[in-house]
Amino acid sequence: MTVRVQTADFDIGAEIAAMRRGNPKVGAVASFIGVVRDLNEGDRVAEMTLEHYPGMTEKALEKMVAEARSRWDIYDALVIHRVGTLKPGDQIVLVVVTGAHRSEAFDACEFLMDYLKTRAPFWKKEQTPAGARWVEARESDDAAADRWS
Amino acid sequence: MKPDDSRITTVEVLYFARLREAFGCDSEQVAVPESVKDVAGLTAWLRQRGAAWAHELAPGKPVLIAVNQDMAGADTPIKSGDTVALMPPVTGG
Repeated sequence: MTVRVQTADFDIGAEIAAMRRGNPKVGAVASFIGVVRDLNEGDRVAEMTLEHYPGMTEKALEKMVAEARSRWDIYDALVIHRVGTLKPGDQIVLVVVTGAHRSEAFDACEFLMDYLKTRAPFWKKEQTPAGARWVEARESDDAAADRWS
Repeated sequence: MKPDDSRITTVEVLYFARLREAFGCDSEQVAVPESVKDVAGLTAWLRQRGAAWAHELAPGKPVLIAVNQDMAGADTPIKSGDTVALMPPVTGG
């Protein structure tokens, strides 16, 4: 189980290779990458800054990974979330889950993203032509997380 | 003998994102009367400062609270030495 919060970019190929190395029992790898868009709420986004609560963020993510492992029969899970200033097209978040079969890996991956969006202490502030603004939380994200409870 | 409310509970309060900007600080040591025993009591005490505090912590405003880095509820107890974080709804991912 690995959780990383970092300013640096990540390489999904290298991360998956590291998780598969020495694990011939892995039959399924499910992954998700979140990417910065250049448009939000109808406004152009020039860049965004991601803030978090150091210490609690890692603890919250580790708790989610532990819960995913208890709910699904998976081998391993990785969560990498970037912080700092990011531009459209930049990768923000990576979730990778390995398991024996696809169904459990897909579900655990989606669960981790849904929980991360509503429970991990990250906040986005975007720069738009109208100025800087904090991104508002979405009710659709709460609904997505609720379906796992 | 001193009245009960002369005794105090001291907690470190952290503010994040929009709340940090609204209050103009990222952390402070807060000394509250010992009668303040839980998260709801602390937010009510902060709210009575007025201005941005009354506005941002108004009842019904969505504010997440963590005590010692665990998500907390209104009735989560607080004691001296605790770290209490006040946070807007999260927007990561």
